[in-house]
Amino acid sequence: MKEKQATELLDAKEATTITGAEALLLALIQEQVDTIFGYPGGAIMPIYDALYDYQDKLKHVLVRHEQGGIHAAQGFARSSGKVGVVFATSGPGATNLVTGLADALIDSTPLVCITGQVFAHLLGTDAFQEADVISISAPVTKWNYQVTDANEIPEVLAKAFHFAKSGRPGPVLIDIAKNAQLQKFEFKGYTPCSHVRSYRPKPIVRKEYIEQAAALINAAEKPFVLWGQGVILGSAEEEFKTFIEKAGIPSAWTIMGAGALPSDHPLNVGMLGMHGNYGPNVLTNECDVLIAIGMRFDDRVTGRLDKYAKQAKVIHLDIDPSEIDKNVKTTVPVWGDCKETLPALTELVEQKEHKEWLQKFKDYEQQEVDAVIREELFPTAGEMTMGEVIQHLNELTGGEAIIVTDVGQHQMVACRYAKLNHTRSNITSGGLGTMGFALPAAIGAKFGAPDRTVVAVMGDGGFQMTLQELGTIMQSGVDVKMLILNNQFLGMVRQWQELFHDRRYSFVDITSPDFVALASSYRIAGKSVNKREDLHEALNEMLTHKGSYLLEVMVTKENNVFPMVPQGSSVSEIRLK
Amino acid sequence: MDNQAHNEKQEYNITVYTENQIGLLNRIATIFSRRKLNIESLNTSPSEIEGIHRFTIVIHVTPEVVRKLAGQIEKQVEVLKVYYNTNDDVIWQEMALYKVPTEVIAEKALVERLLRVNGARVVVIRKDYTVFETTGHREETDNLIKVLQPFGLIEFVRSARIAIIKHSEGFNRKLREFEGREPHHDVVENEYLDRKAKGLYDVMYP
Ligand SMILES: Cc1ncc(C[n+]2csc(CCOP(=O)(O)OP(=O)(O)O)c2C)c(N)n1
Repeated sequence: MKEKQATELLDAKEATTITGAEALLLALIQEQVDTIFGYPGGAIMPIYDALYDYQDKLKHVLVRHEQGGIHAAQGFARSSGKVGVVFATSGPGATNLVTGLADALIDSTPLVCITGQVFAHLLGTDAFQEADVISISAPVTKWNYQVTDANEIPEVLAKAFHFAKSGRPGPVLIDIAKNAQLQKFEFKGYTPCSHVRSYRPKPIVRKEYIEQAAALINAAEKPFVLWGQGVILGSAEEEFKTFIEKAGIPSAWTIMGAGALPSDHPLNVGMLGMHGNYGPNVLTNECDVLIAIGMRFDDRVTGRLDKYAKQAKVIHLDIDPSEIDKNVKTTVPVWGDCKETLPALTELVEQKEHKEWLQKFKDYEQQEVDAVIREELFPTAGEMTMGEVIQHLNELTGGEAIIVTDVGQHQMVACRYAKLNHTRSNITSGGLGTMGFALPAAIGAKFGAPDRTVVAVMGDGGFQMTLQELGTIMQSGVDVKMLILNNQFLGMVRQWQELFHDRRYSFVDITSPDFVALASSYRIAGKSVNKREDLHEALNEMLTHKGSYLLEVMVTKENNVFPMVPQGSSVSEIRLK
Repeated sequence: MDNQAHNEKQEYNITVYTENQIGLLNRIATIFSRRKLNIESLNTSPSEIEGIHRFTIVIHVTPEVVRKLAGQIEKQVEVLKVYYNTNDDVIWQEMALYKVPTEVIAEKALVERLLRVNGARVVVIRKDYTVFETTGHREETDNLIKVLQPFGLIEFVRSARIAIIKHSEGFNRKLREFEGREPHHDVVENEYLDRKAKGLYDVMYP
């Protein structure tokens, strides 16, 4: 009955009197939102009350902690390409969102977070569960706004969605005072927003820069493409592929860009950065033209900046002008949406193959295989390695799964070795490095892409940061495969202590509960393996199990992730051991 | 452009046109505080256009840093436009108020002369105190403090700097372009990336 009413209200020619809370839900429906991750509380109760009548249009997933809610919304946005939506109450509910907001801002994830706020007349009085959420969230949101009058709701929501998903996407927070939620007002329908005068989500592409970029590329003997998540956010995977194929340019990815080009594409030469592949790092300092596409030269990617690609002419394609010339000085700034700039560039570049140059990457790859990869992926003796777990996973999924990773050694290993056939298949906390991200993000990713297998690869440390979300899995019935690579350490920190702090293992020894028993108390099936001969079958069981499954794999305790560009070193000083 | 000059700190006047939104001041302030940069002076007031505010921010940084700051400010969705200029590119003023005992003024002809020399103006004269105003650069307003100090200066206050950009064409035309739905070339132009305008073009493409 209510469902019909929603359409009627939205199509109504005349104004109807409704509450602010109801207007909010109608706005969400109009923005094609179908899933909300949230947690109720006093200051957002009118919205939850209205939601009671809209359950068939708006699926609400009750999380176990607001941080879980926002990471789930991030996972949802990353797997689906849609805007993730979060509900939280005022005060502690809202402050629990802060980590996720910071994560979403730095990783450009489109979110609209709705927080309840105390009655407007109580603002500034230290009212119960009052927190200055607008000030707290300002540095970690693309935009935020406090609503104190219901009349503002339709327009503010329209702006929120516009800002969240256009240009360089990011999180938006709308804080709605309880009186505005309750207030009845004349609702005159909902009009999505496509223009705000102070906001230019994308520029007119400057042709001369495209021409200059093409000229540099055409003259290059050793061109090298670095791509990031911008290719995915711009839905320009096809345009990207066409470009590199025509120009014949070896291309490497940041972890945020993984999957935009299939892992086994002949021009995909691997991962950049601190734990990236050998060739891409070394050859960054040998290429003559560096073409950065939708990436932002994070310090984990560049290593020491004053020794980074100094010999190269740099072309930077980005939609955010403040990224261009920020860390690496560009020769040609191509400011624009790569969905538009890439085809324009493709048109002007000459068809080429840089065979010898590509061969160089292959030679370095062979060295890396010999020094690191073979031993990591195919060990025959000793305890299990993280790499071999990912290798078996690849064999079983064939690269079809969405891999969500947490933060640490397992993240680097999973990103390095996971086979990805499709875009939007690698979900990780890249910029902020938020431990505890994977479990909730995997839940969200599955809601965002219900037809795909979602595997959360986690460390024993990170899993324990948000394991309360097992409750969300239990209650919602969402099918998430949880793979814990247990090295009984906070592995990545231990690795640094081993390499840079004389093996002084200061508080990295972490004890874990019986993960399988824990899962079982949430009625989730699981298993723990510590023998190589059981690994493949256990992974198979996890993947074929109907419903969620937790698999713990005991891996060797003191393995290090290599290659590695030590902090403060140049990318070409990457160490193989 | 030689590298030395490129990296030297100097005073910049950042001019920001914004929507009049609560919280925007905080957002802009954190762009500086996040980098542990001290704002020398900050003025914010309504511009000549209704609903649009103008900020004048004075900061002592390198050209490289001011360019990045401007980019980060302009990135805020409610910021219409950011300009940054050296002191040579702007006409700028600060205003100062000085409160001194009236009896001193009345009696000391010397003070009167000093005020005249320093271009001060009387704002009010009460029985017990007189308030003077002067407008000018920092050194000028500072000077009068020194002058008045021996004569019983009671209170002093200085405003933030306001600055007019010498070669600007005003914001009215620009705003109309901003209000257009179709992005106008000028509006979406990014000076900071413009190789030609910054004299970098020849260096980059010899
Ligand atoms: C919230 C948070 N706290 C601390 C860190 C610092 N940190 C980075 S990796 C890491 C160790 C992770 O250990 P674990 O989850 O067991 O994964 P492993 O490295 O062993 O694979 C820590 C503590 C972080 N990234 N995030």
